[in-house]
Amino acid sequence: MGSLPRSSFLRDVVWRRLLNNRMALAGAAIVLFMFIMAVAASFTSVDPAAIDVSKSLQPPSWEHPLGTDDLGREVLVRMLYGARISLLVGFVAVGISTLIGILCGALAGYYGGWVDAVVMRFVDIMLCFPTFFLILAVIAFLDPSIWNIMIVIGLTSWMGVARLVRAEFLSLRQRDFVLAAQVLGASDVRLIFRHILPNALSPVLVSATLGVAGAILTESALSFLGIGVQPPTPSWGNMLIIGKQTLGSAWWLSVFPGVAILITVLGYNLLGEGIRDALDPRIKE
Amino acid sequence: MALLEVKNLRKSFKVLDPLGRNSGRLVAVDNVSFTINAGETLGLVGESGCGKSTTGKLILQLLKPDQGQIYYAGTELTGLSAAKMRPWRRRMQMIFQDPFSSLNPRMTIGAILSEPLIIHRLVPARQMRDRVIELLEKVGLSAEHEQRYPHEFSGGQRQRIGIARALAVEPELIIADEPVSALDLSVQAQVLNLLKQLREEQQLSYLFIAHDLAVIEHVSDRIAVMYLGNIVELCAASELYKNPRHPYTEALLNAVPVPDPHHARPLALTGEIPSPVNPPGGCHFHPRCPYADHRCRQQAPALETITGDHQVACHHSDQVGRYLVRG
Repeated sequence: MGSLPRSSFLRDVVWRRLLNNRMALAGAAIVLFMFIMAVAASFTSVDPAAIDVSKSLQPPSWEHPLGTDDLGREVLVRMLYGARISLLVGFVAVGISTLIGILCGALAGYYGGWVDAVVMRFVDIMLCFPTFFLILAVIAFLDPSIWNIMIVIGLTSWMGVARLVRAEFLSLRQRDFVLAAQVLGASDVRLIFRHILPNALSPVLVSATLGVAGAILTESALSFLGIGVQPPTPSWGNMLIIGKQTLGSAWWLSVFPGVAILITVLGYNLLGEGIRDALDPRIKE
Repeated sequence: MALLEVKNLRKSFKVLDPLGRNSGRLVAVDNVSFTINAGETLGLVGESGCGKSTTGKLILQLLKPDQGQIYYAGTELTGLSAAKMRPWRRRMQMIFQDPFSSLNPRMTIGAILSEPLIIHRLVPARQMRDRVIELLEKVGLSAEHEQRYPHEFSGGQRQRIGIARALAVEPELIIADEPVSALDLSVQAQVLNLLKQLREEQQLSYLFIAHDLAVIEHVSDRIAVMYLGNIVELCAASELYKNPRHPYTEALLNAVPVPDPHHARPLALTGEIPSPVNPPGGCHFHPRCPYADHRCRQQAPALETITGDHQVACHHSDQVGRYLVRG
């Protein structure tokens, strides 16, 4: 997701600012913890879909750390597998939206004129749709598989990135070092990818980090409504539906996935805002 | 034949009001013509916003002129496609005013200097590093600077890197857009000397853009003075300093400080430079001109040759020089 700044000014100053920002570090720790959860899923020997009705709705205990659900499945194991889904959806959806956003924004900002007008009016049109209902409508026509969800979330969330990249390109296009490269005879491709884009990526990195949180939230909401990740594949969103039915008697079924969603989204937001502050040249130490 | 010939160049920009509506045109360069011969330095002076930099960008085809032509060694450059323009880009280069924005912050000095060599396939990959070091040494830097990033250098050093980049393609003409105005005074002299030394070594021609006559005096063979998009006076440098024939040139000369407390203080130019969106009628300079009369308010003077190769655009060029007191 975006290349980290290569120049040593950015490397030194940005890293130092990031490491001095406790909230950003907390966010990074949460994100790291979720990665560990997702990886840990591969190391459990328990099948997240193994049904054992004799153990249904067991409260948290030493034997079942986060309890069991109505079909006797281990909630902890299902949480770990859910973390995988969330990470996958977050990164693939944001990857798609970032790629499309960079491409459209770069074309609009670099070439300007009618290319800019066409691309940006299309962005305006896309922004007119209430995104969540657009996703609902599209998913209603397609199979609600996890891949379709990632693609649809990606295809409906690139407009912000496109606007950011376009604005960066408009200002960088007139900078002296870009003009110098043009005077040297650099081709459009060289100007865009070697001179302008690397200098336009910082805000994209911030928006992508915040975008992961949004994508995870959207996936959870879709799964909760039953048109996201389909059972028996566990995701935090569809675990919540089961929990909803037994909210009065088995609190652990909804509280753990709910808290996981909350904390993950919070973690990405804290990290994203931390990166934004660290990259902001106006903030002095 | 002149190396560079600029004929009747005109460039205007659309001006939009805050609501994005078209509210007139800013004429940045209007009917500008001049030539630069091989090995010659033409100085181009004027206040900020008078169209000096726009002229430089037009010559390098960074902007498309509304009217007029640019000939380089007899070939018309205006209207060439980017691909057809590329071979000509080897022959003319630019040095920028602000050394802090003219180098890509994400590239090492080595990458910045090898880029022109790669674009024009001038040096095989094996010899790239040697050539880069040679360029660095030519501008007074050393091989150890190759791996560093622009932010690690001072303004003067960055300007030297910008000069090295321009020299990489071995150009004949360099458009220097206020190359020293962003530098400290002591560094200005060093960079000016470097530019002069390179001119001798490489037989370069310069279009040297500046906003004060003190800087330009020592480097130029001929000087063109611009005011609000027009060239108002064009002649040999020595002639301009001895015998200015346009009241604006006279005022600029008077603005150069003289380190002598007994030196007679000349009249200062009053008023602000008018907006180029809505320039004054007649001669653009008349609201600020001590010689202006009825005719100047009605009729714009054309650039005319008065003696030899001394060109002036003023109805009263014969009277100018009257209030210039030389100590």
